[in-house]
Amino acid sequence: MYVAVKGGEKAIENAHAWLAEERRGSTNIAELSIAQIREQLSLAVNRVMAEGSLFDPDLAALAIKQARGDLIEAIFLIRAYRTTLPRIGYSNPVETGQMACDRRISATFKDAPGGQVLGPTFDYTHRLLDFKLAAEGEVSSAPESRPRTEPTPHITEFLKGEDIIQDEPSSDTIPGDLTREPMEFPADRPLRLQSLTRGDEGFVLGMAYSTQRGYARNHAFVGELRIGKVAVEMDVPELGFAIEIGEIELTECETVNQFKGSKTEPPQFTRGYGLVFGQSERKSIAMALVDRALRWEELGEDNLGAPAQDEEFVLSHADNIQATGFLEHIKLPHYVDFQSELELVRNLRREAEERIMPREAAE
Amino acid sequence: MSAQTQFSGGFQNAPIDAAHAFRAAMTVMARPGEIRTVSGSEPPAPLSVAAGTLLLTLCDPETKVHLAGATDTDAVRQWLAFHTGAPVSDATEANFAVGTWQELGLLSQYRIGTAEYPDRSATLIVECTDLRQAGAALSGPGIRGTAHLSLPDISAFQGNAVLYPLGCDFFFTCGDKVAALPRSTQIRAEG
Amino acid sequence: MADQQNIAQAARKEWMGLLARAPEEALMALWSKFEAQPSFDWIRSPEVGGVMVRGRTGGTGAPFNLGEMTVTRCSLALKDGTVGHGYVQGRSRRKAEAAALIDALMQTEAAGDIRAQVIGPLSQQMQAAKTARAAKAAATKVEFFTMVRGED
Repeated sequence: MYVAVKGGEKAIENAHAWLAEERRGSTNIAELSIAQIREQLSLAVNRVMAEGSLFDPDLAALAIKQARGDLIEAIFLIRAYRTTLPRIGYSNPVETGQMACDRRISATFKDAPGGQVLGPTFDYTHRLLDFKLAAEGEVSSAPESRPRTEPTPHITEFLKGEDIIQDEPSSDTIPGDLTREPMEFPADRPLRLQSLTRGDEGFVLGMAYSTQRGYARNHAFVGELRIGKVAVEMDVPELGFAIEIGEIELTECETVNQFKGSKTEPPQFTRGYGLVFGQSERKSIAMALVDRALRWEELGEDNLGAPAQDEEFVLSHADNIQATGFLEHIKLPHYVDFQSELELVRNLRREAEERIMPREAAE
Repeated sequence: MSAQTQFSGGFQNAPIDAAHAFRAAMTVMARPGEIRTVSGSEPPAPLSVAAGTLLLTLCDPETKVHLAGATDTDAVRQWLAFHTGAPVSDATEANFAVGTWQELGLLSQYRIGTAEYPDRSATLIVECTDLRQAGAALSGPGIRGTAHLSLPDISAFQGNAVLYPLGCDFFFTCGDKVAALPRSTQIRAEG
Repeated sequence: MADQQNIAQAARKEWMGLLARAPEEALMALWSKFEAQPSFDWIRSPEVGGVMVRGRTGGTGAPFNLGEMTVTRCSLALKDGTVGHGYVQGRSRRKAEAAALIDALMQTEAAGDIRAQVIGPLSQQMQAAKTARAAKAAATKVEFFTMVRGED
């Protein structure tokens, strides 16, 4: 039961003022600019864009500043903002095969055309704190080599020739949009992917890890991981043709999974797919693993009862804004609810005592 | 004097014009029988200012619009596409439909929503040659006692009200005037 | 005739795409130096909105909705009636206005000047930035060399 009560206005106002002061921290320290956050905390910015489901680095940086670095709070701010945007339209599907790759690696084919391009990766760092960063200093610029000008083909294209990997036939089916229509189960794969790409990184990572540890075991290789920029093209009705409306950074992961065949499918490699805004490597690999686990039914596999195979479980709990909204609301005043609970427990105790007391009295 | 092009005829100040029109649309829908004026658009013929303004206010790339009868012209299609991005559809799929009562055709072809989602229904913008607070007697939510509105039909709207909570909702437009009839209103013929 | 139309369309598509992707500072720096700034009327004043970006399952399969991006658009008419449309990434109204004006002027006799003073240099700057990134990526390409194989 909800009962409106008044009061606390002044306390709330003062709490907000203090929040603003605490957010700023000591004024002896220079204030962070949005550009600094965008440029120097870019992976946090990427996460906020991916889970906020809005590609706009400056806005994400602003949200991080306002949220004092609480990324889920920042994602909340972005989600709230994006609901105010009129929907201009839908882009044509991005051509990730045309990506200008900063990074492109394959764990399955050493000699893939286009090569293994490491990009600006944390892999192979020693994870030792670099105390030089504690002091200010400029970095030297990265070395350059002869740039690749031609597009880098997808690795799965090579397996396709042999017909040994499950195909992803192109279609023009208009996908459902969970920002417009509430999720209904069973959800098709496009809806699942939309839900996963904006899902909480920690949750998707945990789910993916569970499949590696044996819950809905599907042994995955990273067939390909690529990070880079792709152009976004949209049909513009007043022009009568499509134009590029911008360029976004994406991380794409395709896993190749062992598959011994099922009642309906021949033995072949199957695929999981991850595509995430920004440089979001861990998220896109995790997304691909969970995508693959959720495809058990379509591939004629058995339901092993693993959490990662249960789309209702995965998709209903992947969204950290839904989750935190429901979780955190229980700290807000529930005085009346609790009063009724209190009354109930007192009554139950009184009844229980009365059941015992008469006998004692008789003795 | 601004240059006239095939793209003219939209809101001059979209946020403000749309907010005014939306307020008027909400008001007439909440108070069946009330008549308000809306303006700000200059739609191509044969659309009235009120119908055009409602379309600009309510439609976007996710609302399918059915252009009934004479409203389905190249000029209207272009105007609608440029200013709202709304796709044109047939009556059975439409979120919004516009035309005269005759042109709109059988009410049974429009979406009435589902038990889970009664909102997945069509809103019809009915172009009228006359719009007055006279004729059919209306009662129900938003009406103190009885209201009157010059409806183009009686039995069809009564049939729609019976479907409640499913059914269609209606705007009636005439020049810059607009009135509305939600599915929750009871209708009685009155001389 | 149809061919010419296609060529004109391809050219327009290219400059509109360039303007959409251009960094705001780079575009505004070049555009503000352009002297013959025309007067115009709004057809649709700048509007910030979202475009839902789509991907494909497995990179090639069925479309799915990936998330939105911010886009600002506007349309305007020069005094001679030439219509220019601006669709640009981000939330800058002045960038959208500049893009629409440039789009309109590119359809007029001023096209040569605009190309020389704005589109050309902008395209070069953006290409240079892209090439510099590709060169850094190329420097991180692994060159495998086979070690002596171990014998069991």
